[in-house]
Amino acid sequence: MDALFAIAGRDFVISVSDTSNARSIVRMKKNYDKTYKLSSHTLMSACGESGDIANFSEYIQGNVRLYSVRNSQDLSPSETANFIRNELASSLRSRNPYNVNMLVAGVDRNTGESSLYRIDYLAAMSKVPFAAHGYCAHFVYSVMDHEYKEDITLEQGFAIVKKCLTVLKERFIVDFPGFTIKVISSSGIREYSTNDI
Amino acid sequence: MEYNGSAIVAMVGKNCVAIAADKRLGQQALTVDMDFEKVFPMTDRTYIGLSGLATDVKTVHDTLRMRVNLYKHREERVIEPRTMAHMVSHMLYERRFGPYYIEPIIAGLDKNQKPFICGTDLIGCPNFPSDFVVTGTAGSNLFGMCESLWEPDLEADDLFETISQALLNAVDRDAVSGWGAVVHVITPEGVITREIKNRMD
Repeated sequence: MDALFAIAGRDFVISVSDTSNARSIVRMKKNYDKTYKLSSHTLMSACGESGDIANFSEYIQGNVRLYSVRNSQDLSPSETANFIRNELASSLRSRNPYNVNMLVAGVDRNTGESSLYRIDYLAAMSKVPFAAHGYCAHFVYSVMDHEYKEDITLEQGFAIVKKCLTVLKERFIVDFPGFTIKVISSSGIREYSTNDI
Repeated sequence: MEYNGSAIVAMVGKNCVAIAADKRLGQQALTVDMDFEKVFPMTDRTYIGLSGLATDVKTVHDTLRMRVNLYKHREERVIEPRTMAHMVSHMLYERRFGPYYIEPIIAGLDKNQKPFICGTDLIGCPNFPSDFVVTGTAGSNLFGMCESLWEPDLEADDLFETISQALLNAVDRDAVSGWGAVVHVITPEGVITREIKNRMD
């Protein structure tokens, strides 16, 4: 039921996640942040089994931060995504595998290029221009396939995000209370509200 | 094995081999990536194509890359395709009772520029044919196409045409593979890689 999607432009990535935290038919929180800041220029959004998400994400956050402290240098987005995938892949054949789907979005501090990685719960990873997890993927992929072009600007990106949110409001059975919209660019991570975009 | 979808084929020609794969990554019916790499160069003259579960494709590729590099350091020479095929077979049988859900194809030229291809099943049983190997969800389709199109001693350009047509027409009849193709033709002079755009569905 979680909605997670993201679009990458040339030097930015827009990450959108819904803010509802629910179990069965009860919504426990309506302003829940599903994103985890891994470094100043890398953001991870996660969905799946709730305990696994928190445990795995905090583990990853800690390790990415440890690398930065040890090496006085951040892990690049591709290195981060590969590290996450490896951790998830080693847990896959263990007694209790993590059940977490995630999107890892980042901008490389040296080259300025953006990257978006989609990692599913089986640790299958792809570097993609746009991605989504959950039921929303069936709606949002169609919009993004139609609208996306290479090297879009931030405004064009926001226009696509607005169309995605519209289709979810119109056609998805679950009504989301709100969305966290974060943009990762060369100047870091900035949050926008649905009214700003 | 049918969760992500794939189609990979390798063929032997005259002093050359070709290996080709589709580019789709799916989650059953939903297509998630149209540029997913399934064929990897292990040495200058040896390529491996991995079909099946996408997570294991990456894991096996990484593990194999480590073993091939270690081999190179210990032996102070590059691994031969036949040796690598046995290495892959061993690696997969190590996981006999909890296997990697992949079926690899190895294609390469040995040190005497003689073409070599090999396919194994998910627990490492090797198969060393002299004509072609196929794997993936479109495996049966590929068998049909290869059996009708392949002939011995095809030159590099003809081999490229043959393998491309075999792959393209096979994936068109399989719902979970397709979305473009990559073809590598390995010759003594070098490797020519071409991407083909076909029905993008």
